Amino acid sequence: MADMIRLEKINKVYGEKIKTQVLFDIDLSFEKGSFNSIIGASGSGKSTLLNIIGTLDQPTSGKVFIGGNETSALGKKDLAVLRNKTLGFIFQFHYLLPEFTSFENVLMPHRIKGGPITKEIEDRANEIMDMVGLSAVKTNMANNMSGGQQQRTAIARALMNKPDIILADEPTGNLDSESTETVYKILRDINEKLETTFVIITHDRRIAEKADRIVEVKDGRIEMDIKR
Amino acid sequence: MFSFKIATRFLRFSLGQTILIVAGIAIGVSVQVFIGLLIQGLQKDLVDTTIGNSSQITVRPARGENNIEDWEMIFNEIEQNQEGIRALSPSADGPAFVLGEDRGDSVLVRGFQFDDAEGIYSFNEKIMEGFMPDPGEVMVGETLKDELDLALGEEIELATAEGKTEKYRISGFFDFKVANINATWILTTLDTAQELFGLDKSVTAIEMQVEDVFLADTIGGQIEELIDNEKIVVENWKDQNQELLSGLNGQSISSIMIQVFVMVSVILGISSVLAITVMQKSKEIGILKAMGIKDGTASRIFLVQGLLLGVFGAALGVALGLGLSVAFTKFAVNPDGSPIIALYINYGFIALSGGIAVLACLLASLIPARKSLKLNPIEVIRNG
Ligand SMILES: Nc1ncnc2c1ncn2[C@@H]1O[C@H](COP(=O)(O)OP(=O)(O)OP(=O)(O)O)[C@@H](O)[C@H]1O
Ligand SMILES: [Mg+2]
Repeated sequence: MADMIRLEKINKVYGEKIKTQVLFDIDLSFEKGSFNSIIGASGSGKSTLLNIIGTLDQPTSGKVFIGGNETSALGKKDLAVLRNKTLGFIFQFHYLLPEFTSFENVLMPHRIKGGPITKEIEDRANEIMDMVGLSAVKTNMANNMSGGQQQRTAIARALMNKPDIILADEPTGNLDSESTETVYKILRDINEKLETTFVIITHDRRIAEKADRIVEVKDGRIEMDIKR
Repeated sequence: MFSFKIATRFLRFSLGQTILIVAGIAIGVSVQVFIGLLIQGLQKDLVDTTIGNSSQITVRPARGENNIEDWEMIFNEIEQNQEGIRALSPSADGPAFVLGEDRGDSVLVRGFQFDDAEGIYSFNEKIMEGFMPDPGEVMVGETLKDELDLALGEEIELATAEGKTEKYRISGFFDFKVANINATWILTTLDTAQELFGLDKSVTAIEMQVEDVFLADTIGGQIEELIDNEKIVVENWKDQNQELLSGLNGQSISSIMIQVFVMVSVILGISSVLAITVMQKSKEIGILKAMGIKDGTASRIFLVQGLLLGVFGAALGVALGLGLSVAFTKFAVNPDGSPIIALYINYGFIALSGGIAVLACLLASLIPARKSLKLNPIEVIRNG
């Protein structure tokens, strides 16, 4: 199967004067439609890696390919378009816009794309929200929801533009085990229905073990890479 | 527009803060409008009382000439070809003495075509008793009336420097509210004065008022060119009131200074508040950028915020400033109930004040807009 994401010799060094190298010569690729997890100790470099994949951060050296395109060759505007259409992010914190309702937050990626809000688009947003179990809170302002609802809103938002890739950094880090279970079921469902490629950082081994592939990062290097 | 929607949401979300900023801008603008209108009203009053009822441009005989012979030609030429003239009136003037027991007062006899002169002097408002003079009649000022104990219908005998004496019936008394005029002017018809001074059909001056008093010197120059006659000179009030003009000028400059400082403090206030809002909203902007919002759209959010704050602040400020001005004319009144300073609503100035405020807000919002350009989503995501 084709690689959706490919990293070539990625190095990341933080700091100007005191340099700390966080990632060392990482070569890694993820197949289209695969469901992958990244695990590793705190400070091992997982988030740094994911942010580089998501073009939010730049590697010190090495190349990132998303869907076959080399990202360092893209200008600011093209990167913005790539992030909007191809990538969906779910972070440990939901980062919803408190000025908008849950429903409006879900529509946000579509608005950023510049598309008009048609009946079809609203139907789609409603469908996604129903799918992640948010039917009851659509008109709530972002801050007037429970932590789990907020996180599920963030997931719905990440799905809105039907991205090819969803990058998640400890998406259930703030949730109880029951909500965690639900969220993963949802993600897995989407993966199967829409063939979306998932890369998920998690501390939870039980969750990781449900993925198609587990990549373990240790001190900025790939320590272990298991496919099922 | 997407950035417009986000901007309005941001403003509505922190409504208290928004109201505070709008109030700040509004107070600045209102002070500006109030002070501006007040000073302009003051200046207009001052100019009105100084030159409102006098000739603003005067055509006189040149040095060495005693009168203007072909005045009707000049009069028609100005009337037909010169723009910006509000009133045009010929006059035949000359000095005279009032004859009688212990009467030796020297007076200025002024002969007018009253229909024309009304546009300059508003005689009708100034008649205290009687009527405007017909040929052979005169009208006398209040002060002279009291001094000489005159009454309506009495005769008054005048003697000119040439030794000619003539008796005239008093048709009325006027009050110009200027002691000097009330004591020395004697008004009569043009014909009567021409006859008294042996002027034949000539006059001694052609007087004018202009639509924009501050253009009197320009228009005067144009008239000089238009007539192109060495036997006349054209005078204007500006050349003869340099002190008043420099006083007005000084006032205008200090008013502009006040307004500039008010505006600067408003701009500083807005830009610092807007700069803080970009910090407050950096999380939102960061996440919007992670979702692929273009830098231009993101920074436009702040420009729109600045514009909206400016528009609302300016509108409120103008309303407030006008309200203050109206209140001032209502409460700061003379004993007779007339306002100390008449309200002079200069729409151009009001629009300018509002426009400058909007522009200033837009300018102030450039700072946060630029800041937002530099904002990197990774900072937000890394730091929670
Ligand atoms: N901006 C930065 N400047 C300097 N060092 C940094 C910076 N960001 C991260 N680091 C360092 O890079 C290393 C990797 O950080 P990273 O956030 O990728 O770890 P992580 O595996 O995601 O950890 P966790 O599980 O705690 O989230 C850490 O040692 C961290 O201190
Ligand atoms: Mg991390």
